[in-house]
Amino acid sequence: MAAPIPHPAPRTRAAGVRVEGVNLSYGTNHVLKDVNLEIRPGEFFAFLGPSGCGKTTLLRLIAGFNQADTGSVIVGGEDISGLPPWKRDVGMVFQSYALWPHMTVRRNVAFGLEERKLPRQEIEARVERALDLVGLRHLAERRPSQLSGGQQQRVAVARTVAVEPKVLLLDEPLSNLDAKMRVQVRRELRDLQQRLGITTIFVTHDQEEANTICDRIAVMSDGVVQQVGTPMELYERPANLFVANFLGTANILEGRIQGQGPDRIFNIEDGIVLPIPPDAVVPADAKLVFRPQDAALDRVETGAVPLPGTIAHREFLGSSVRYGIQIGGTEIVVDTPFQSGNVLHEPGRPITVSVSPRSALWLAS
Amino acid sequence: MALALSRPVPRSHLSPGQLLVAGAIAAFLLLFLVVPVATVIYVAFTEKGTGAFTLVNFLDFARTDLFVRSFWNSVYVSGMSVVWASVFALPLAYLTTRFEFRGAALIQTLGFLPLIMPPFVGAVAMQLLFGRNGTVNLLLDDWFGVKVPFMDGLNGVIFVQSVHYFPFILINLSAALRNIDRSMEEAAQNLGSSGFRLFRRVVFPLALPGYLAGASLVFVKVFDDLATPLLLNVKDMLAPQAYLRVTSIGIADPMGYVIAVVLIVASILAMWASAAAMKGRDYATVQRGGGGLAKRRLKPWESALAYGIVGLILLLVLAPHIGLFLLSIATIWSFSPFPDAFTLAHYARVFGESSIYIKNTLIYATLAGLIDVVLGTAIAYLVLRTRLVGRHWLDWAATAALAIPGVVLGIGYLRTFYGVTLPGGTPLAALWIMVVLALAIRRLPYALRACYAALQQISVSLEEAAENLGATKTRTVRRVVVPLMTGGILAGFISSFSTAAVELSATLMLVQSNSDAPLAYGLYVFMQSPAGRGAGAALGIVAVLLVALSTFASHLVVERSQRAKGAAQ
Repeated sequence: MAAPIPHPAPRTRAAGVRVEGVNLSYGTNHVLKDVNLEIRPGEFFAFLGPSGCGKTTLLRLIAGFNQADTGSVIVGGEDISGLPPWKRDVGMVFQSYALWPHMTVRRNVAFGLEERKLPRQEIEARVERALDLVGLRHLAERRPSQLSGGQQQRVAVARTVAVEPKVLLLDEPLSNLDAKMRVQVRRELRDLQQRLGITTIFVTHDQEEANTICDRIAVMSDGVVQQVGTPMELYERPANLFVANFLGTANILEGRIQGQGPDRIFNIEDGIVLPIPPDAVVPADAKLVFRPQDAALDRVETGAVPLPGTIAHREFLGSSVRYGIQIGGTEIVVDTPFQSGNVLHEPGRPITVSVSPRSALWLAS
Repeated sequence: MALALSRPVPRSHLSPGQLLVAGAIAAFLLLFLVVPVATVIYVAFTEKGTGAFTLVNFLDFARTDLFVRSFWNSVYVSGMSVVWASVFALPLAYLTTRFEFRGAALIQTLGFLPLIMPPFVGAVAMQLLFGRNGTVNLLLDDWFGVKVPFMDGLNGVIFVQSVHYFPFILINLSAALRNIDRSMEEAAQNLGSSGFRLFRRVVFPLALPGYLAGASLVFVKVFDDLATPLLLNVKDMLAPQAYLRVTSIGIADPMGYVIAVVLIVASILAMWASAAAMKGRDYATVQRGGGGLAKRRLKPWESALAYGIVGLILLLVLAPHIGLFLLSIATIWSFSPFPDAFTLAHYARVFGESSIYIKNTLIYATLAGLIDVVLGTAIAYLVLRTRLVGRHWLDWAATAALAIPGVVLGIGYLRTFYGVTLPGGTPLAALWIMVVLALAIRRLPYALRACYAALQQISVSLEEAAENLGATKTRTVRRVVVPLMTGGILAGFISSFSTAAVELSATLMLVQSNSDAPLAYGLYVFMQSPAGRGAGAALGIVAVLLVALSTFASHLVVERSQRAKGAAQ
């Protein structure tokens, strides 16, 4: 039987989380590869990546449901790697909510407090407080099956925050909600996190979700943390092709780097050549990456070299126009803002595309 | 996402408690299932006295006319029972699932009724109704001057067994028919097939796995049944021979064991056939929403014919119940179509001097049911929620009990535990607790399936959520797993309880004195003397009510727990 977890006064127990050198395999399947992360106290942090990238595995590892082959997890300065889930004091909201169908909302929320053997009155008070926090006090006597998806989600959150864990883990908490609820609930989650000041880790495959509510994001792919940064950093300065591609739309032009020093050029195809700015850091096998809105059509910005292309197709999006432009063998997209009175370019027409050196990214995979 | 990677959940915190529980279950199964059965097989293959390996016992079996005849009789009776059970089940299943049929649910329910009565109980009532001087033959003789030997010799066994066991075919076949995707039938119609050709070429082949599963079950049950032939005074079949050999010649005689081995092999063969048939289920019953055969409306004359057939079959399969009830309230019923007068004296006797049978049954069946659900829950948990090495062996061993006929288990217990004596000098095998253990082992596979299904329905994240909030494994089991399994556990208990309450084949071997005897045994004793028949019938009605009530209760429990859990699952 677990000793009751000691409970200091409520409120801000925000603890940092450090993941150090974690490796995890299922048989020959290497799911997490040398993962190192530092999550600051009180931060709203996201694990973002496509299906199978290892983000949920990493979250479950922090909760104690997966065991690392090597490495450790440190919460608030304490190494919890060896502790079973029930001794970790790391609250998790499950993707399926995992509300116990045989208990009412109130009993669900009281569960963790009862396991901590708190006095009756305190349990009651804290259950009320948790339910108030998510605005569901009036549904306390309902069964989970009598609640809507959004309400169930809020009960799951209330149940977890009621025990005031050191860290809050959210496993794709919005995936079972419809599109409209998702926007509302994500705002509520952010709001709640701010009020409680609790360190929160949020797992999602949706970059928009991560961008809108998280302080920082770890982008994961294939069991490797590709980059950690604020949403803006990741968008503006992606570390590699994967990150550039996963967050927003990116144009990628392949080519060969030729020459040395200030004379380096990027040879895209016969006759289509771009000088590489002398101060640019260009990894071997780099590709030229830029965002659709960072290119200009028929207008050469200072320091930019125009690339010859042909308009392949055009999509009118209202506030902007997206052009598909053929440059050599590659098709890129360019967004231009639209204002009433603008004249659109017609498909089939030759055009020049210029990317300012400021927005050009030289990235390898 | 990543669900595939995170399930099954790695559970590396293997507690000493789990090891202890697994060890205890293993010991129990070893002692009360594996060792007795192994003993039976061992004795069959060894020379009496020396203990050397030999096949001579099997040669003796093959050279003895009585045994060879018994073997073929058993095969014949089982096969014919399957045929007749199919004759009863096919029209009922087909008509109720394929056509818009008023009262289809009632028919399906009535079709179940025979199962809630031990077959040998019905045997006596059938004798009175269909025997040489039974109601039907007396009336036929009066009206047409003919008699039909429904109940003579092997015919009687076939008749009683097919009436009793046809629900197995009905249930499986109906389920299979219902699960056939409507589009399969529509595709055939679209290509020009209809009527009986459609049934023969598309519908029945798709339902065949279900039919075969039911048929093989009937075959095994009839092959292993001991009490029905004995009560009808048919001795040259295998199970009765095994029983008679052991009880009349003694537990040292090897022939009883040889027959037991033959029974086991036949069981395993039939089950293997059933499993092989079930393999086809996957492709036969692709169910996508629409599911189920399209129901057709019957023309008036078709409808009349259909109701006529259904009515006749139901009358036939409910005959044992009707006969038994009449017998239980009859003063004298002999050489007359119906009883002479009615009385409640038999019930008074059953609840008076013979109430010990009822009391024993309640105790034995309750204990057996409890053992089963405790073992079932524990095994299901170990298999589904831990990574304990060898956990699947527990599951396999417990399930293997399905293939062991009751009479074989009984013989095994006698042989294994008779030599073991208590301090007082009583052999272990003579204790009533042995009956309980044999019943528990026999019913364990069913309870285990129920517990298994209940646990499988519980999402692992419900347990993880509890652990995440500070509950240890033990606390999680107590506060989340067991409460959520309650419905399944109760259903498992009741199915164990109600079938154990009317089980006879193992009991017949193990009961040593009347005061330790359960209801089924009492029935058997009563039914053997003409004077006891009325009381026997009353006891039979008590048994039927007991089983019917518990079946109904289990139904309620399952319904209620499902409703309570609602859509959250």
